[in-house]
Amino acid sequence: MRLFTRKISARLSTRRRSRVAAPAVLIVALLATGGLVAVLSPASADKASSDAATIAKGRALFAVSCSSCHGSNAEGVTTERGNNYGPSLIGVGAAAVDFQVGTGRMPMAQPGAQAMQKAPVFNSDEIAALAAYVASLGPGPSIPTADQYDGSGVTNAQMVQGGEFFRTNCTACHNFAGSGGALPKGKYAPALKGVSSKHIFEAMLTGPQQMPVFSNGVLSPLDKKEIIAYLKTNESAPSYGGFTLGSIGPVSEGMFAWLVGIGSLVGAGIWITSGTSRKKKTTTKGADA
Amino acid sequence: MSAPAASNGTTPAATAKPNPAGAIANWADERLGIATSAKKQIRKVFPDHWSFMLGEIALWSFVILLLTGVFLSLWFNPSMGEVVYNGSYDQLRGIHMSEAYASTLHISFDVRAGLLMRQMHHWAAMLFIAAMLVHMMRVFLTGAFRKPRELNWIIGGVLLLLGILEGFAGYSLPDDLLSGTGLRIADGLVKATPVLGSYMSFFMFGGEFPGDQIIPRLYTAHVLLIPGLILALIAAHMLLLVYHKHTQWPGPGRTEQNVVGYPMMPVYAAKAGGFFFIVFGVVALMGGLMTINPVWRFGPYNPAEVTAGSQPDWYMGIAEGLLRIMPGWETHIWGITLSWNVFLPGQVAPMVLLGIVLGYPFIEQWVTGDKREHHLLERPRNAPTRTAFLAAMISVYGLLWAAGGNDILATQFHLDLNTITYFMRGAIFIVPPLVFIIAKRWCISLQRHDNDMLLHGYESGVIMRDADGGYSEKHLPLSEEHAYRLTARNRDQVYTGVSGADANGVEAPNARVDQLRARLSKAWFASNVQKPTKEELEEGHHHAELEHEHEVPLEGHAADGHQFDGRHDVVGDDLTHKH
Amino acid sequence: MSDDNHELEHVAAAEPIADPGLPEHLPRPTDVDPVMEKRAERQVATLFGLSSVFAILTCVAYFSLNIGGHPTVFLGMGASTVALGGCLGLALLAIGIGAIQWSRKLMSDHEIVEYRHPAASPQEDRDEAIAALEVGIAESGIGRRPLVRNSLLGAMATLGLPAIVFLRDLGPLPGNKLAHTVWARGMQVVQDVDGAKIKPEDMEIGQLVNAEPEIFFATNSEGQPVIEGTALLQAKAKAAVILVRMHPDDIKALPDRRNWGIDGILCYSKICTHVGCPISLWEQQTHHLLCPCHQSTFDLADNGKVIFGPAGRHLPQLPITLDADGYIVAQSDFTEPVGPSYWERDRSNLT
Repeated sequence: MRLFTRKISARLSTRRRSRVAAPAVLIVALLATGGLVAVLSPASADKASSDAATIAKGRALFAVSCSSCHGSNAEGVTTERGNNYGPSLIGVGAAAVDFQVGTGRMPMAQPGAQAMQKAPVFNSDEIAALAAYVASLGPGPSIPTADQYDGSGVTNAQMVQGGEFFRTNCTACHNFAGSGGALPKGKYAPALKGVSSKHIFEAMLTGPQQMPVFSNGVLSPLDKKEIIAYLKTNESAPSYGGFTLGSIGPVSEGMFAWLVGIGSLVGAGIWITSGTSRKKKTTTKGADA
Repeated sequence: MSAPAASNGTTPAATAKPNPAGAIANWADERLGIATSAKKQIRKVFPDHWSFMLGEIALWSFVILLLTGVFLSLWFNPSMGEVVYNGSYDQLRGIHMSEAYASTLHISFDVRAGLLMRQMHHWAAMLFIAAMLVHMMRVFLTGAFRKPRELNWIIGGVLLLLGILEGFAGYSLPDDLLSGTGLRIADGLVKATPVLGSYMSFFMFGGEFPGDQIIPRLYTAHVLLIPGLILALIAAHMLLLVYHKHTQWPGPGRTEQNVVGYPMMPVYAAKAGGFFFIVFGVVALMGGLMTINPVWRFGPYNPAEVTAGSQPDWYMGIAEGLLRIMPGWETHIWGITLSWNVFLPGQVAPMVLLGIVLGYPFIEQWVTGDKREHHLLERPRNAPTRTAFLAAMISVYGLLWAAGGNDILATQFHLDLNTITYFMRGAIFIVPPLVFIIAKRWCISLQRHDNDMLLHGYESGVIMRDADGGYSEKHLPLSEEHAYRLTARNRDQVYTGVSGADANGVEAPNARVDQLRARLSKAWFASNVQKPTKEELEEGHHHAELEHEHEVPLEGHAADGHQFDGRHDVVGDDLTHKH
Repeated sequence: MSDDNHELEHVAAAEPIADPGLPEHLPRPTDVDPVMEKRAERQVATLFGLSSVFAILTCVAYFSLNIGGHPTVFLGMGASTVALGGCLGLALLAIGIGAIQWSRKLMSDHEIVEYRHPAASPQEDRDEAIAALEVGIAESGIGRRPLVRNSLLGAMATLGLPAIVFLRDLGPLPGNKLAHTVWARGMQVVQDVDGAKIKPEDMEIGQLVNAEPEIFFATNSEGQPVIEGTALLQAKAKAAVILVRMHPDDIKALPDRRNWGIDGILCYSKICTHVGCPISLWEQQTHHLLCPCHQSTFDLADNGKVIFGPAGRHLPQLPITLDADGYIVAQSDFTEPVGPSYWERDRSNLT
């Protein structure tokens, strides 16, 4: 059995008063401050958006793939009754584009209750170009940088606080294990497992579809990074109690109790009381025909 | 008064020649007189049928609950005092939580086999209640609750109720986010009680929700009060089982006056004892391999937090479903608030359900007018109304459990939450009657099928072609044993009521009630098929023989069909084509 | 109960088939074939032997596999629990299967017959019991001395009173506690978890903030929290709120609630009016708020009106305004009791 086992060696610091803790906190604080400055600065400071060629490429892609719903100048399209067919993208920022297109939600295959996650239609250059174009339309949140969303550098205490933020702000929709949950009228909060840290950060920042916005002004970039660190810690943690059964709560547990538990035990009961094989009585004289 | 008797007439056994084992038995018997009670029980007969093992699953689950529960109680600290967690689960270290939750984490992460025992305890609890329910369904479907076993049925019903309460108390103890949410809902249910609601809530929680009393109080109920009651009732249940002797299926040699089966010693000791280990083994495997209630993912209880998928354990699913599909009716009048939306599904419905369960044997007895003792079981098809009633109840249960998990259904099957709820609101009224009708007709057609087999034989699968070129399937007579088993049942006797008025034209005092009873009894047995009489059976056999002659003469032919049906002995009747 | 003694209609038809009696007992292969018998014996013994092996493996797993902060992992699962459960389960199953195999193959399988007796006692036993009871009653004189009997009954009934009265201290009386929360005029609305103060300009349209009253994060002069422990949980169970921001044109405020928000920012109780779950599943585009427990849905753009589900009442709204520093504060406590309904709710003293 030893062959198949391994020990988790590099877990987040279990001794919080490590010698590297103070420098680490300092670095994190510096990074956070940098991140905050970067986010709070206007989008025009973004180098990519100043790249006219990228914007032009994005504009061309937009005209082909997005304008039918969002309008040729991203001003949005409304129906005759005044309903929103495709929202205006002016001011949504590069982060929203990176999330929506990067997770394959946009372009939508068809109008529906909710845009589904699927394989992205565009490659990363094209996504960058689209993001640059939309960012050029008006100031909005820019794509977060790796040091903003990469939760691997936070302390254990920060990761624990991320858990507190997660349970307060996220579990109501996304479930205690990030397995997702139901929303009214066929909509749903998607599962969080396997979603990249960048996209989680962008989702909180921009509030895609029905998800509310958690702006950096209230839920700071560090808070967001802590949440991501908590989620990623859980993703890498072993499933302590065996198979997870989907981590969707007692309904699936009840189903397994019936199917596996009662099912196998009734099967055992049938075996216990079933007749054993019998030696048929062989009569010497021929059976009455 | 006569002179006092010198002795009560019995003479104690003379001390036997001791051998080592006998010496102990002798010692015990001289003090306890166990031989007298044991002489009958050692070879007590238990009939064999798989459905008689269901209650045992519940019994053994309860034993496992006691064993694992004692293990858990060695570390669990039922206190709502606040501590800062400092155990080995990184994701919660440094968080303020109750001692109950902290000790649950300690059991899960810092006690070897602790998590296994927690999971086994939880799985065993789910199985305990599920097994009680399937056992109860077996008893119901076979009519084993009938006289003289009505009291044992009631004990069983109370055990189920206690099991559910025990389960809910245990579910609440870890004081995690999920269990705290459950308690909060319980608080809402209690507050909806007319007049006394808020007082009951304050008395239950020792003040305002959540307070610091509820976990220790539930702990006392969970480890002392309710298990004590359950143990006492299980003892009464088993005593009555021994006194009444087990029911059995009718069959050759199995009558109302006897019980046929295997003796307690050795066969049932081995079977029941072996089954205990099988139940224990399955629970251990489930506890080791399948995560249940991962409390560390929920976090400590915090009244400002909640998680998607907040559900109770499955046995509360019916109440949860009712709460979810109930429309938001609330009455505000004269400064009082009546929350029908909570009071009806949360308090009235469970009471009504319990009343139906406990009162059922008496309701059925009143309707059918059947006051005889029954020790032979009834096949479910031979009591179509009863079987259909249970089928309808199962459909109610299933619908409400599904309604209680409507959000899980919505996410797992990509459905619309609101539509599921609207569907359930209608289905709860439409589906059970449909299920009732279908199940009843199904039973009746199965009865017809039985009669067909008795009168015309079973379908052999052998296709015969007659002289005109027409095809027919050959029917062969049932074995005597099988035929007897099909006819070993009572004929239904409809209660027709006492006559409406006596000779003087005076109506009997409760004629109305009696008429209702007669009508119900008629509806109860309506359309049931009765077993054939001796004459009908003979006529049927005669008819079959005639038909037989009309068909194809079989002498000298390769097969008369017996060879292929697997039910008849072919010894000495070899096929002509040997292979 | 005269109607129960009616004569059931007697169906005279004879039983169509007579009871053929117990079928003949047939031996099992293990009864007649010594080879099979030996094989079955070996099977059972092997199962019992396997059980010992697994029981020992369970102990090995107990000591060799780590739990706690650095658990041994097996296929992504906690190895200790899986190995302990697996080995223990197999050890138990092997005993169970072995015992049952023993009974099926090797123990005598002759069915035996036991005769039943009616549940009721024989008539003479009943007569004796009744006679004994009558003698007992007569000797006690309980029938002849109604004064003794009645006073005893009265005494027993009165003893029920202390039994009930003793439960009085289970909890305090509710008084007016359910009608109030810690919210008060001028109390800041701060983000839950870290207590961050909130300015309207921090919130974007579509934003949701899970918020609490500032007093939950306040400390006194000695640095101790003002509210902590049980009191904090009790206060939080009523005072938790959500702040949402939507487009001001989308809001259909009641006339007396027009000044309850700030430029599209509204504050609602987080406690469901159905049975009290905290709700924060807010859909920013539809402005609907869904309870994850029983799916009551409230329209936050329309004064918290119930639009779906079992809740009977709208979600209470907390009037908010700005303080001198531009932070969001409450105008007052809630204007109605928050959370689930109770009998005397409408008579609550809110002042």
